[in-house]
Amino acid sequence: MAQIVPLDQLLIQILNGVINGMIIALVASGLTLIFGIMDVVNFAHGEFYMLGAYVGTTVLALTHSFWLALLAASLVIFILGGAIQVTTLRPLLGRDPLTSLLATFGVSLVLQQYALWQYGPVTRQIGEPFKGQFPLFYISYPWYRIVVAGLSGAIVAGLWLFLKRSTYGIWIRATTQDRVMAAAMGIPVPMVHTAVFGLGTAMAGASGVLVAPLVGVDFTMGLQVIIRAFIVVVVGGMGNLGGSVAAAIFIGLLEALASIWVSPVIAVLVSFAVLILTLLVRPHGLFAPTPR
Amino acid sequence: MSGPAILPATHAQAPSAAAGRRAFWAGFAVVVGVLAVAPVVLPPFWRALLTEILIWGLLGMSSDLLIGYTGMVSFGHSAFFGLGVYGAAAALLAFRPSLWLALALGLLGAGIVAACVAYFATRLRDIYFSITTLVFSQIFYVIIFAWTPVTGGENGLTFHAPPLSVLGVGTPFTPVTLHWFVLAVVALAYLLCRRITQSPFGTVLKSIRENEARTRAIGYRVERYKIVAVMLSGLFAGLSGALYALMNKFAAPDHVFWVVSGEAVIYNVMGGIGTLAGPILGAGVFLFLREFLSRFFTTYYLIPVGIIFILIIIFLPQGLLGFARRRLNE
Repeated sequence: MAQIVPLDQLLIQILNGVINGMIIALVASGLTLIFGIMDVVNFAHGEFYMLGAYVGTTVLALTHSFWLALLAASLVIFILGGAIQVTTLRPLLGRDPLTSLLATFGVSLVLQQYALWQYGPVTRQIGEPFKGQFPLFYISYPWYRIVVAGLSGAIVAGLWLFLKRSTYGIWIRATTQDRVMAAAMGIPVPMVHTAVFGLGTAMAGASGVLVAPLVGVDFTMGLQVIIRAFIVVVVGGMGNLGGSVAAAIFIGLLEALASIWVSPVIAVLVSFAVLILTLLVRPHGLFAPTPR
Repeated sequence: MSGPAILPATHAQAPSAAAGRRAFWAGFAVVVGVLAVAPVVLPPFWRALLTEILIWGLLGMSSDLLIGYTGMVSFGHSAFFGLGVYGAAAALLAFRPSLWLALALGLLGAGIVAACVAYFATRLRDIYFSITTLVFSQIFYVIIFAWTPVTGGENGLTFHAPPLSVLGVGTPFTPVTLHWFVLAVVALAYLLCRRITQSPFGTVLKSIRENEARTRAIGYRVERYKIVAVMLSGLFAGLSGALYALMNKFAAPDHVFWVVSGEAVIYNVMGGIGTLAGPILGAGVFLFLREFLSRFFTTYYLIPVGIIFILIIIFLPQGLLGFARRRLNE
């Protein structure tokens, strides 16, 4: 028999869902950025997220500054992502898009095992950078979760502004529309690709640092996030930034609400079901405009 | 994959079709003969590795039907493989210890999953197909992981191997007879796959790979062909799962986890897509590299293997077998 869910529990789960959605949105917007501009499905995206978290914990242990850790991790992952793009993806330009999917799958194997080798199998817990909590109905809710959601939203909004307003953003969008024409206009297309891959992976790295206090850091955390990010990107419409954010919040909410009734392991199935329904009804994405 | 179609060497270089067929059967007999003699002379460790190579090679070959012949990269083969393992486990635990029942239920399990995946995933192309198959394999992973009363959950299931029974005569499996049995199944599966890919049906699959829009314009029902291709591929993957269950006598959620699908893709890329025999060679290279490199890198052997994998993608897009064939033709 179905029980009536109290309103306060419902509201708490809605808040949880939105926050989880914002975190996934940050990972997924890096993924969708890379796909939209380069036609590359970055299978290693979860691994950059995981390595970002590790770099963050290392810097945090050295400097005791969370903001410095966030900045350093983003920078390190930006450089790592750029280096990997130059060495493994640039030679594959012009080949079948599936080739780059396979290459990034290889990268993910290497990075994941590297993390295991470098940092060991034990999960690392780091404390929340601020301990403050506020009362919310019958529980006290940590401020940090609110901050994480806010920061994730700010980074995604910053990316959107960067793409819309800045010169480099115009370069990137021009490259998306017509690679050959952009090159003819003097835009350094290979550089744009490297920078975009670095930027997308850096967003994953930043998101890894942000969630590290919430979930703990271990070498499999990339595996756990990548499939959800894929779902969000497909449901939102591949390469569609706004769609990804909407889809991330939508799926975050659904999973949070589902976990009122079933265990979180089963709640994951809800997002799988959303993906399948999306593919049946609107294969180009639930939150994307219908292609002409 | 785009690029020049990789024709079987027997077609490309033979002066006549009959000579090509003779060369193929001679080569096939030599390879099967060597693999049949090997377990008698090899020490137990290498014998077991060889049996395992054949089983994983069958998984890689099933995946090649999609990757190499239809142009669809599946990251969901772990679901077919895993349900093959669990299907065999169900037969051995819930019914009677019969070899053929185990294989049949393994195929049934994989077939049901394959029908489900085929219906939904074949509506999509390229990376969307890859992602959807990946998500499907995770659905089955979550179900098997969470449904503890039936599947044993995280601990999995252990069981005993059935006797090797042919025409009513049964003897317990020894490592050598198990190897021979696996070899016979894999060799038959290879011939069947080869027949499928050379049939008119297989030719339509290749034309879907080369140009899907044109194939549809000619009047072929592309979706139906894709559904059948995924079903066939899933059944062969389930067969390899059932063989794996016979060999290792346990079923665990890890067999359904998508890492298994990833390894099937690695076998294909290493050995050569669109060659059928290539993925078996690829599985051999992968498992051999694993054994060899883990002496230097212990459990981190995937770091060098991953780098070799990337180098093969960049420099040898046809894989080892495709590369060897091209060198021989020159």
